[in-house]
Amino acid sequence: MSDTPSQRNPAFVRTEMLPEQAPPATETGIIKWARENLFSGTSNSILTVLSIISIYYIVVSAAPWILNGVWNSASIRECREILEGAAGGCFAVLTERWNQLLFGFKYPNEEYWRPGLAFVLLFVAAAPVMFFKYLPSKMLLFTALYPFLAYWLIWGGPILAPIFALFGFVVGYVVWSQLVTRSFAAGFFGSIVAAALTWWIGGMITSAVAPEETLLSAVPSRDMGGFMLNLILGTVCVSLSIPFGIALALGRQSNMPIIKWICVVFIEFVRGVPLITLLFVANVVLAYFLPPGSNFDLIIRVIIMITAFASAYIAEVIRGGLAALPTGQYEAADSLGLDYPQAMRLIILPQALKISIPGIVNVAVGLFKDTTLVSVISMFDLVGMIRGPILASTEWNGVYWELFGAAAILFFVVCYGISQYSQWLERELATDHR
Amino acid sequence: MTTMTDPPQESFRLSMLLNDTRYRSYTFQFIALMAVVALIAYLGSNLVQNLRAAGLNISYQFLGEPSGYDINQRLIEYDSQSSHWRASVVGILNTLLVAFLACVTATIFGVAAGVLRLSKNWLVRKLMAVYVEAFRNVPVLIWIIIIFTVMTAVLPAPRAFRGDDATASMLFDAVAFTNRGVFIPSPILASGGWIVILTFLASIVGVIFYRRYATKLLYDTGRLLPMFWPSVGILFLPSILIFFILGQPISLEYPELKGFNFQGGWTIRGSLIALWFALAIYTGAFIAENVRAGIQAISKGQTEAAASLGLRPGRIMNLVILPQALRVIIPPLISQYLNITKNSSLAIAVGYMDITGTLGGITLNQTGRAIEAVLLLMLFYLVISLSISAVMNIYNNAVKLKER
Repeated sequence: MSDTPSQRNPAFVRTEMLPEQAPPATETGIIKWARENLFSGTSNSILTVLSIISIYYIVVSAAPWILNGVWNSASIRECREILEGAAGGCFAVLTERWNQLLFGFKYPNEEYWRPGLAFVLLFVAAAPVMFFKYLPSKMLLFTALYPFLAYWLIWGGPILAPIFALFGFVVGYVVWSQLVTRSFAAGFFGSIVAAALTWWIGGMITSAVAPEETLLSAVPSRDMGGFMLNLILGTVCVSLSIPFGIALALGRQSNMPIIKWICVVFIEFVRGVPLITLLFVANVVLAYFLPPGSNFDLIIRVIIMITAFASAYIAEVIRGGLAALPTGQYEAADSLGLDYPQAMRLIILPQALKISIPGIVNVAVGLFKDTTLVSVISMFDLVGMIRGPILASTEWNGVYWELFGAAAILFFVVCYGISQYSQWLERELATDHR
Repeated sequence: MTTMTDPPQESFRLSMLLNDTRYRSYTFQFIALMAVVALIAYLGSNLVQNLRAAGLNISYQFLGEPSGYDINQRLIEYDSQSSHWRASVVGILNTLLVAFLACVTATIFGVAAGVLRLSKNWLVRKLMAVYVEAFRNVPVLIWIIIIFTVMTAVLPAPRAFRGDDATASMLFDAVAFTNRGVFIPSPILASGGWIVILTFLASIVGVIFYRRYATKLLYDTGRLLPMFWPSVGILFLPSILIFFILGQPISLEYPELKGFNFQGGWTIRGSLIALWFALAIYTGAFIAENVRAGIQAISKGQTEAAASLGLRPGRIMNLVILPQALRVIIPPLISQYLNITKNSSLAIAVGYMDITGTLGGITLNQTGRAIEAVLLLMLFYLVISLSISAVMNIYNNAVKLKER
């Protein structure tokens, strides 16, 4: 009854599976990818061809210029003799003037290791803040010491000055931790008074015992220059402006009308004028408003104005973060019986700051780029060095591309690095469901 | 039986100013107000002392005195005998000119780059990403100087255009790119030229009315009129007809090489072009990111819903995606315009005579009136910024999602 294959006697029966055939050449590998991504339609193909042509032209015109570049010569004339009319960049200006580009033309040569060391230590100091999940929190101690150390390394002079500055902060912190259990306001104002008192006494002691010879020779502020000046202005102003920005943002959110309006007027005024006018103020106007006879460094005046500028922008970013928090968070803090400073410190600000990180980084990157504006008020930062001493010198008059290209690359590396870090941090801090 | 009684009225004690939350805010506000008043008084007294020591006063009389300097790029009549005030007005107009040009160009660059960054084409997508990252991460001052260098050091001198063996030639025999600026033809209106211009303006109004009519017809009857070609026709045909009927009343004056420089036509200085294009390309990169974020903020469901209604891709973009994306894009776009206006003050780095270059530059240095000049300068930018913010607030309120 059963039909077996042998009974039917068919001509051929396959007993095992065929091996898989390779897909057709147009449906695999790079050809498929190119078809889907580059030539999926008429307009797409035209765009691709146009892009390839423009890339080709850029490469063809730039490649010989970079590959033929001259890295060793003393002046642009010598450089052109070496090139003999061939296309090529004169990168010798970078090797020749590298130290000037980095440190300015007045910083003493034999002391270059000091800002260099400060720059390297900046990474050590920033690391525990940037990668707080992965590094021991004890390293934060070094971060706290770093500003004083960096000041001493870069400016030199008597070591007592940064030590007393640090000591003032320590005294302020001790007073604060003693008084804060009674009330926040008492701790806050008490610590300010204690720190100011320490600095006043310290200032008198420092000037009384000023030694003739100091361990590190003092370098005046006007000798700072080059990319170092951009970095100093950038880091100092950004780190100073964050606490001011938080204070301004809280003040603007406050329900005390006078405090609110003081903050609103400050923020809107500073955001409404270009940075360059604030630099004019630092350069020519601020001196009129300081006590007669006082002589502030231009660099300190510039730091004051840039910090004011940055804190207004950061205040707006943080205000956005505060506004983005649901009202329930404020109410929950109140219902726990926390007072205003506690609620802010423990509940509101940690969340609001987390939301504001991308915005704060944007402001920081923008501010770092804006530090080039100081070249307009005749400070010799990187751009000022290039436009001033280097392009004006007889040896290198006319080497535009190499210098500005190098400046652009330096800024690109720093800014792109910071923005990549902020994207990483955002992913790191994301606690919501994905 | 219990009776509710009011808690006993506490009499006001001085310590309540610090400890009672009802009164504490008054204490803090009083302290803040006193601190601000003290700061202003301190700065003011310093100012008075410093001015007295330097033998100066605050006065705006310098605005009426002859300026004594020349401005090569100007929109209104001005010479070195004009007053400082007039120099400032020339500067204000120059600021507004470069800000307007840069805003328009940056919008074009930014929208193009932002849309192309979302393109299906891998190569174009990557190219646009490179453009955006390269320009966003390098200071605008460096871009301004680089383009200014191209305009002054790379372009040929006017004498390169001379003779039979000229090394440079004019584009279409009309536009000359030289290191002294770009020379372009200028239109000359003969009698009747105004009629052509008026006709063109009337055509624009006509196109608007045609589009309104077509939309109304579509809503009333469902009949769809063609849009594009009739619009083009209404826009250009009448003007061209009148132009030829009146015997070509508008002609162009071409720049010509005379002596050491080009004469005739309009001159656009290298500094203006450097500032204009640097601001446009730099801000364009930021606008591209805003546009991309705006389009990506519209959920994919909207596109799919529109497609399932049977709309064609072009209509999906115009009727569904863009109206929603614009609500996200426009506020940051306007703040980018604000940034362009403020960044145009970098003109001083390339010698373009905007308000910072005239009032905050030469006038300040010549008269030594630092406080007055800087104050006026800040006031000008403040007025511009606040009015743009006001416009933005009005717009935001207009497009806000109406929550019920």
